[in-house]
Amino acid sequence: MSILVDKNTRLIVQNITGREGSFHTEQMIEYGTKVVGGVTPGKGGEWVGQVPVFDTVKAAVEATEANCCVIFVPARFAPDAIYEAADAGVPLIVTITEGIPVMDMIKVRAFLDQRGVRLVGPNCPGLLTPGEAKVGIIPGHIAIPGNVGIVSRSGTLTYEVLNALRLRGIGCSTCVGIGGDPINGTSFIDCLQLFEEDPATEKVVLIGEIGGTDEEKAAHFVAEHVTKPVVAFIAGRTAPPGKRMGHAGAIVEGGTGTAEEKIKALEAVGVRVADHPEQIPDLIANL
Amino acid sequence: MKLHEYQSKFRFVEFGIPIPRGKVATTAQEAFEFAKEIGGPVVIKAQVLVGGRGKAGGVKLARTPDQAQRFAGEILGMNIKGLTVKKVLVDPAADIATEIYLGITTDRAARRTVVMASAAGGVDIEEVAATTPERIVRCHVDPFLGLRDYQARDIASGIGLPRETWKQFIDIAKALYQCYLNSDASLAEINPLVVLRSGELLAVDGKMVLDDNALFRHPDLVEMRDTDEEAPAEMQARQAGLSYIELDGEIGCMVNGAGLAMTTMDMIKLFGGQPANFLDIGGGAQAEKVATALRIILMDHNVKAVLVNIFGGITRCDEVARGILAALQEVKPHVPMVARLVGTNEAEGRSILAEANLLTASTLAEAAQTVVRAARGEL
Repeated sequence: MSILVDKNTRLIVQNITGREGSFHTEQMIEYGTKVVGGVTPGKGGEWVGQVPVFDTVKAAVEATEANCCVIFVPARFAPDAIYEAADAGVPLIVTITEGIPVMDMIKVRAFLDQRGVRLVGPNCPGLLTPGEAKVGIIPGHIAIPGNVGIVSRSGTLTYEVLNALRLRGIGCSTCVGIGGDPINGTSFIDCLQLFEEDPATEKVVLIGEIGGTDEEKAAHFVAEHVTKPVVAFIAGRTAPPGKRMGHAGAIVEGGTGTAEEKIKALEAVGVRVADHPEQIPDLIANL
Repeated sequence: MKLHEYQSKFRFVEFGIPIPRGKVATTAQEAFEFAKEIGGPVVIKAQVLVGGRGKAGGVKLARTPDQAQRFAGEILGMNIKGLTVKKVLVDPAADIATEIYLGITTDRAARRTVVMASAAGGVDIEEVAATTPERIVRCHVDPFLGLRDYQARDIASGIGLPRETWKQFIDIAKALYQCYLNSDASLAEINPLVVLRSGELLAVDGKMVLDDNALFRHPDLVEMRDTDEEAPAEMQARQAGLSYIELDGEIGCMVNGAGLAMTTMDMIKLFGGQPANFLDIGGGAQAEKVATALRIILMDHNVKAVLVNIFGGITRCDEVARGILAALQEVKPHVPMVARLVGTNEAEGRSILAEANLLTASTLAEAAQTVVRAARGEL
């Protein structure tokens, strides 16, 4: 089992004919994901490999019974793409796009909440359920199937952890990249809840960073609702205050959102926090 | 992107928020002339993109044009928290009865824009939030409805504003929200918003920070960027589309991915060194990008060694290695370089680098330890 994506996922790629969209469509198909269609307005009727392209998400969903969308649309048009997918009845939307304005995301999230549609991202690498499906850009070969659930705000840092676990023979049930933006679709708590309910997940790795209070809230959630052991790593102990460290959400503001606070909150509820990512396999193995 | 006080206030006035009729001076002589034009006491205010200007002596009340000239002369050229004052705002002094705080920002946890106000204006709002949080009234704005009139009334009532000032306050709160929205701001603050003895409200100070992600749709605001206040390396990085932040240490690093870049900095410190910078080169480490990044890192003369840390997921390590070598040939750094490449074709990548006498490492820990030792001259 797994959470959110698996061999039953029927995926549509939005902006499939773009450079990123077409490249990653090929990668996802190679991995075994069921990519059933793609959307690029104006290119309906074309093909990307064996994948049919449609003009609209509605047409694509009608023709393919898709249940998931992955969005490679540039930032200025991505909100429209998300609204389109939600309106077409797609229950899970994964947005890889970085750079969407905060004001847009506030509206997008409010809109999706009203419709009960789940968004993962934006500014994220997507999801990977090893051996079954990948939705997004996480390299498939760095992870093996197993019982550790992973939830992370990062991209390549997540890959480091997946790879380090793999080298130790430790596999992953599902890896969810929730992204580096301050306003996003899925939080640590959302994933912790899903992992807690997933029979195939026995342990969880949480990869956080400076900015916001998602990790602190997750710590509280762990104390109240999570029985499975959690291991964490928090990036940004050496980040200076007031500066955006790459990710739009990675900023220490008004004294809150420091790595120290997050580490303290997590350790206080029994989460083991690694000093660096390569320690995570040890911590997991020793559980 | 931060806006100066004068830029923020001149933007506020476009939305109907009353501000003092001040002018920006770049010389003491100009300050003299503006003070004379204005007539009466003026406030000379340093225009630099940091807080605490007043405490640093960058805000002075001048009673005569001569005093205005003298104070402007002292404040221009002053160093406030590392920034040199190049402009001063000359505002007519206001006859203040009370000071209010009014600000708008994003409440991440609530996923909403929040309007905050307090009767404790003119002081550090974070201090008020820490010591007397009950004095701050907060109001979340529905993203589809905007700030409702009744919400502005709730705020006015919540901070104990006298009823005679409610209408003006509501107009200003709504105008500030419009300004915030139309500018794609992440912060818009009036601290203090004063009630004058005449009963009028006036925005005596102003601050705006814009959402960097939204600048693409505000070319007029992008023009307001004060590049004087940007470190040259940060400006070059921004123009090259690289994410770079200068720090104090001696070990430069170049990484693909923000989370991994922060981790790399953290690990350098963990193993006894000090990071000199944060630099995310993003996906695909082509030679040109690596060369640009390397040049930017080396602009910092404190740098004694550089670590290139790349996780090649889809990007292949042998390609990255060739890119690094090409960059080194172009830039010819005089400090030791350590490269750690992990991922697809990593063995090949590493052997390409080793042939060029680069120090290599395979784990993050090894990479951090190696570059720390290299910076100490031990390798």
